[in-house]
Amino acid sequence: MTTNQLMFAIFSAVIIIFSILTVTSRRILRAATFLLFVLVATGGMYFLLRFNFLAAIQLALYAGGIVVLIIFSILLTSHIADKLEAPGWKKVVPALVAVAFGAVITIATILQYQFPQEVMSGSERTDIHVIAKSLISTEKFGYALPFEVISILLLAAMVGAIILAKKRKD
Amino acid sequence: MNFSIYDFTSFNQWIDKFLYDNLPPFWAVVVEMTIIGLVFLLFYALVGLFLVYAERKVCAFMQNRVGPNRVGPYGFFQTIADFIKLMLKELITIKNADKLLFNIAPFIIIIASFMAIAAIPFAKGLHAIDFDIGILYVIAVSSLGVVGILLAGWSSNNKYSLIGAMRSGAQIVSYELSVGLSLLTIIILAGTMQFSQIVEGQANGWFIFKGHIPAFIAFVIFLIASTAETNRGPFDLAEAESELTAGFHTEYSGIKFAFFFLAEYMNMFIVASIAATVFLGGWMPFHVGAWEGFNHIMDFIPPFVWYIGKTFFVIWMMMWFKWTFPRLRIDQLLTLEWKYLLPINLVNILVMAFLVLMGWHF
Repeated sequence: MTTNQLMFAIFSAVIIIFSILTVTSRRILRAATFLLFVLVATGGMYFLLRFNFLAAIQLALYAGGIVVLIIFSILLTSHIADKLEAPGWKKVVPALVAVAFGAVITIATILQYQFPQEVMSGSERTDIHVIAKSLISTEKFGYALPFEVISILLLAAMVGAIILAKKRKD
Repeated sequence: MNFSIYDFTSFNQWIDKFLYDNLPPFWAVVVEMTIIGLVFLLFYALVGLFLVYAERKVCAFMQNRVGPNRVGPYGFFQTIADFIKLMLKELITIKNADKLLFNIAPFIIIIASFMAIAAIPFAKGLHAIDFDIGILYVIAVSSLGVVGILLAGWSSNNKYSLIGAMRSGAQIVSYELSVGLSLLTIIILAGTMQFSQIVEGQANGWFIFKGHIPAFIAFVIFLIASTAETNRGPFDLAEAESELTAGFHTEYSGIKFAFFFLAEYMNMFIVASIAATVFLGGWMPFHVGAWEGFNHIMDFIPPFVWYIGKTFFVIWMMMWFKWTFPRLRIDQLLTLEWKYLLPINLVNILVMAFLVLMGWHF
């Protein structure tokens, strides 16, 4: 066993175990913390694939941004003694059926798919200069238009949030 | 093998070769990781103890007092005595707290600071990981620490802790923006995010001199924002002892409290080393363009000494802030960030991009 395989096993175990704990935990802040572990382990998986840029973005955006936002809103709205009630069998059975269907479809697809055999050499990395150039390039495979559209969407969302949060003068 | 204190590359390669010659690759990697982990643990303990001592001495100096002076020469062993006291204290468990999160929180904070310090270059070749995205990585992992603070404040089930955590969350989330943008200014100038290349790029002058006024403005903004991000005075609302007893770590005792304390000081050390590396040349000696003789004299001082000297200069400045300015109110704190630092920062980036485009920097 190589160290890469060992790390892959550890990260996979963390992702699987804490994903299950995230949806089964009855305390909402614990669920958010477990979600943090899942997202950090996913970031570790990207580091393992030598995709450093995506890994850092995963840590900064999901682990550092979104989870902090979730925890922040839980802190504002819930009390430490709050516990979600245990779901009854009317909810558990359909949930299990849905999970089983999803698992069967996913596993069947993965087993059928012919994975390409070639392996990237160890020193090969995705250069951040390439990412930066394609992000603002207007040529083929350039992402200038989506980038601008997303910027305008975000701006609109921000203006909307300010309007909602502003005190009305009446 | 010729080792020198000016370049650690050959020393590291020698260890690496020795391990791979004598062990199977799997165990060589494991042993290397263990060595690096132990070195960092030792480094944490030593720097943490020294910084607490330094803070008390600097504070005493600012307030015209003597400071610790009983244990050892000049009170030098005071922090070791304090540390032993902290180790021996009882770990009090709180009845109505969320025990799992209460116990995890200190570890999240200390792991986040451990991950950040891995990317920092201490001297030529003395570098745990040299990522091509170095600065982005440090910004990303240091944003994990706030989760620990929020969890600690909430799971303590204490109103002071919760208020401290909420303040700290609002503060860190907003000041992260300024830290990132001020570093981005220098990334534009350097053209790279890799720490080793950033340091190499400062061989003929530190970035704070090479980048004219925009680099200096970025340095000042980085100092302010990083002081706020590490929850240090005058931005220490999260633990404001006069109103919140101790903020988010009120309920912690013994070694768990020591973790928070250590993480706070190590985060200060980390942001100081980033400031030293990105703006003041890191381990690169002080060089002036074409003065050959002067540059050679400066090269005789080992890089590690340069690095430590610059880092402690920045730390000393942060301590100076803490004991000079009164604590800000939360609304003043957010006004400072969103109405002053952020617009200045955005304009500053544009100015820097224009400078680089025109080639007006040195």
